[in-house]
Amino acid sequence: MSKNWPLWEVFVRVKNGLSHRHAGSVHAADAKMALEAARDTYTRRMEGVSLWVVPSASIIASDPGDASELFEPAVDKVYRHPTFYSIPENVKNI
Amino acid sequence: MRDPSLFDYACRLGDDSLILGQRLSEWCGHAPMLEVDLSFANVGLDLIGQATHFLKLAGGAEGAGRDEDKLAFHRDVLDFKNCLLVEQPNGDFAQTMARQFLFSNYQELLFRQLCSSANLTIVAIAAKAVKEVAYHVRLANEWMVRLGDGTAESHARTVEGLDWMWRFADELFEVDSTVESLIASGVACDVRKLRSEWDARITKVLRDATLDVPKARRVTKGGRVGHHSEHLGHLLTEMQFLQRAYPDSQW
Repeated sequence: MSKNWPLWEVFVRVKNGLSHRHAGSVHAADAKMALEAARDTYTRRMEGVSLWVVPSASIIASDPGDASELFEPAVDKVYRHPTFYSIPENVKNI
Repeated sequence: MRDPSLFDYACRLGDDSLILGQRLSEWCGHAPMLEVDLSFANVGLDLIGQATHFLKLAGGAEGAGRDEDKLAFHRDVLDFKNCLLVEQPNGDFAQTMARQFLFSNYQELLFRQLCSSANLTIVAIAAKAVKEVAYHVRLANEWMVRLGDGTAESHARTVEGLDWMWRFADELFEVDSTVESLIASGVACDVRKLRSEWDARITKVLRDATLDVPKARRVTKGGRVGHHSEHLGHLLTEMQFLQRAYPDSQW
């Protein structure tokens, strides 16, 4: 068994209506304790209204070596940004 | 308005929180893991916040011009009214957690009752603090289960820690003439009535933690009237040093 507790990724919802954002990670022996460690580490200054913890080992990450094929093709596709039409002046949020 | 009984009672409530808060802050930078370090610091700060409010109330009830800082940093050991449990040394992690487990479970039941005190300042403090303490209970209960039902070593250490703390539990539920008069006026909580629920909570967690309820032993008490263990003086030397050496210096 490893000497260290497993690592958990922490996601914090800043307020209702917003999505959970990755805040960092904590070490904890199990899921319940991970939630408490996350509360103590990442929400002590009123940063959130909801918490998720996920075992870091469950995260499937992209390989940095694949970055050129995964992300570079998007570089010259500016037409994918929704910036090619004008927004009526009286529309505040879109 | 001078009210010696209220002064005494508010000091007891405030000193419990203050001394335990100071004890927990001794872990700062020394806990086994960063996460644990932070959780002790958080709990300690909650407790010191409660102490600030209770001692402010005490200062007003005393009517001698002492504010919460004067009471915290310029009072001598014999004038402290905290229970003996909270001044017990941290020992190892398991001993600290055993102390927290016994105390937080008591404090949550107490603050719940104080939410309907006849003294509105006490109501306000308790209503805010009861949420903090509910979390302290959750944290301590979870840790007790993991330590007790963990490895052979964590189990053994928790048994020892619990054994150290157990003889100070009865004092929490003691009522003397000061409290008696305040119970009659609806200000204080009759802690005797909390005992059976506390026992039930403690027993349940200990069962989950595969720990036995320690055997009853000679009860040690006296904190409420200023008869403390040798440990409190040492704690105060450190806590009060700055204000004693540089009176009234500001942060």
